Amino acid sequence: MEQFYAIAITIVGASTPLLIAALGELVVERSGVLNLGVEGMMIIGAVTGFGAAYVTGNPYVGILAAIFGGMLMSLLFGFLTLTLLANQVATGLAITLLGIGLSALIGENLVGKQITRVPNFQGVDILIVFSFILVGLVSWFLFRTRYGLMVRAVGDNHSSAHAMGFSVIGLRYACVAFGGGCAGLAGGYLSLAQTPQWVENMTAGRGWIALALVVFATWLPQRLLFGAYLFGTISILAFTVQTFGWGIPSQLLSSTPYLVTVVALVLISRNKRLLTANTPACLGQAFVADR
Amino acid sequence: MVDLLAAKNIVKIFGTLRANDDVSLSVKQGEIHALLGENGAGKSTLVKMIYGALQPSSGHFEWLGKQIAIESPSAARALGVGMVFQHFSLFEALTAAENIALALPGKFDVNTLSERVRKLSADYGLPVDPAASIADLSVGQRQRVEIVRCLLQNPKLLILDEPTSVLTPQEADQLFITLRRLAAEGCAVLYISHRLEEVRQLCSAATVLRHGKVVAACDPRKETPASLARMMVGTDVEAVHATINHHLGPVRLALNALSTKADGFAVAMKNAMLEVRGGEVVAIAGVAGNGQSEFFDALSGETAANRADAVMMDGVPCGFENITRRRKRGAAFVPEERLGHAAVPAFALSNNTVLTRHAVDEGLAKRGVINLSMAMRIAGKVIAAYDVRKGKPDPEARSLSGGNLQKFTVGRELERRPGILVVNQPTWGVDAGAAATIRQALIDLARSGSAVVVISQDLDEIFEIADRIAVISRGQLSRAEPKNTWTLEKIGLAMAGAHEVAHAA
Repeated sequence: MEQFYAIAITIVGASTPLLIAALGELVVERSGVLNLGVEGMMIIGAVTGFGAAYVTGNPYVGILAAIFGGMLMSLLFGFLTLTLLANQVATGLAITLLGIGLSALIGENLVGKQITRVPNFQGVDILIVFSFILVGLVSWFLFRTRYGLMVRAVGDNHSSAHAMGFSVIGLRYACVAFGGGCAGLAGGYLSLAQTPQWVENMTAGRGWIALALVVFATWLPQRLLFGAYLFGTISILAFTVQTFGWGIPSQLLSSTPYLVTVVALVLISRNKRLLTANTPACLGQAFVADR
Repeated sequence: MVDLLAAKNIVKIFGTLRANDDVSLSVKQGEIHALLGENGAGKSTLVKMIYGALQPSSGHFEWLGKQIAIESPSAARALGVGMVFQHFSLFEALTAAENIALALPGKFDVNTLSERVRKLSADYGLPVDPAASIADLSVGQRQRVEIVRCLLQNPKLLILDEPTSVLTPQEADQLFITLRRLAAEGCAVLYISHRLEEVRQLCSAATVLRHGKVVAACDPRKETPASLARMMVGTDVEAVHATINHHLGPVRLALNALSTKADGFAVAMKNAMLEVRGGEVVAIAGVAGNGQSEFFDALSGETAANRADAVMMDGVPCGFENITRRRKRGAAFVPEERLGHAAVPAFALSNNTVLTRHAVDEGLAKRGVINLSMAMRIAGKVIAAYDVRKGKPDPEARSLSGGNLQKFTVGRELERRPGILVVNQPTWGVDAGAAATIRQALIDLARSGSAVVVISQDLDEIFEIADRIAVISRGQLSRAEPKNTWTLEKIGLAMAGAHEVAHAA
């Protein structure tokens, strides 16, 4: 029983950062913006969070700093793509590369340092609880509030939204900033609550998984919860199975989560109706107001 | 009575084009006022200025006798101007109620609003399901959502841009009842249409635009369709001549229980049966979004049929063949969407010619290398034969106006003299003179022994050129019957689905 609980809590720990980062990206994509820089924003969040916690000695200050760091990166992305109309895909990739490099630079003197981790009760900390609340909040916001409706409208047809007098760029900036804050928080979770330490490139591709999860969830928050936990469970189980010594190559085991992602994405694409109903039609398109 | 809205000497200049040149008109309260004119006459430009989406270069508007500036669509809405667009401004991913909620100021409460929508729409005879996703609705139902959205804002002036082009005759009649009731309640209606008969039935005043200028203001009830057409075009429109052909050739195109899969929001074709003989034009009537494009794709080979013998061309089963193989069998296809489907926007016309004809014109592509001078020659022939007006010798497709590009994409296939021609909306957005040219060319092609299938939403066009008519609704194709057995009423019922076979959903 105790062992079972220990595995369960590691699964939760593996799933939470994916869930938080993907929820942010879901809102960004619902507004019609494709920010591929999740990985970069996460790693910046991880390093700023860890740094702030190390300097102040307070992990909660670290959490705020992680959110702030991710947000700053996303605003850079927003400025380049929404104001300067740079290509979203290329800019997102650049943000990831920048984030990985910049975090290594900032974190040079933080390697091996100790901090007070975010307190937890039986392995459950405030961020885990918050990630569940966030699912409900995002869902409520998108489907039950006027601003949520406006975000979906902007993502569906930005020209019509503009014609109705909505501020397309303003709404998108807000969503991008929210997405950046979530990615930063997800990164901060890794360095402040899970490990807690700073290791170069410690996000290890989780940002990309978060991106895939958004498609996997067909842009629906509740499905994201399921997807993040499915992925978290598989990656932990793959890890646990290695210790059983069944002779399965460890490379194969550690690649299962990614294989499952690919299979899931292919299966999702078969349901065209679900995809057309929820895919933001303007995803990745730059908006220029004519007139 | 006081004029509700008056336009005074409105001028709108785009670059060198005077889209509106000294336009004046006045709309009274409770009046249904028609705005007539050909494509490009400046109707949409004028209406967009009234709705605040464009600003006049000079001139001004008066509202109830007071000079005003309409700075934005929201200013127009605040004034009491509601607009139903030709290309709807609805968000497809949202429900009807959500779409309406977005346009309304005040407290955000979708549930209460749904109730209001249900009541008001039933009250005006325009039933709308507030919970339905726009993507699931037919074009006619979407239009109702737009109208209901306007009505909830208590408009004093309602503008409709070609509202009936997407409706069955019965749906149109229902719309007219609603509009007459609105007018009786004091709401003014500005009604844009090119269907002259319905303008004569519905409107009590009309302003006719040509090349951006007001050329006539009249009472349409006292005019004939021919006299109204003359005002719009400036000259008499040549009638299309279709002699009855008694010498039909063999069956060239046959569909045997053609079905396609429903994919996403696409409409599935169900068991379509059709035989088209050489020498005849068969028209497919129907309201937009009832499977016309899926039908076209299945004929052209863009989507594979359910069985190889579901599509037969000159007796050969080719349901699994792609569009190039079918072209090699002598078939030609003109899709509805001219930019992006029929032509690549950024390609020159000569290159666009190569795209559909590389496999069928001897020597146009030798071992994969394009003979550009030959492509230019063919493009030149098409341009000359179909009077495509252009700015430079070999322009990019996107630089042509819609009507001229349409003439090119139809002409490009007609010039091949194909044995089988399938064309979707041949004269959409083309002015009356050019439309007559295209229609005559379609008939002439058929009379020379080809089988011609015309998919159209324009009933006037269908009755003008078809020998036989079939109706498509929700993916089901009715029997193709001779033109003289169809009445407008019968065709309307068929468009609404009277011929559909009940099936388990």
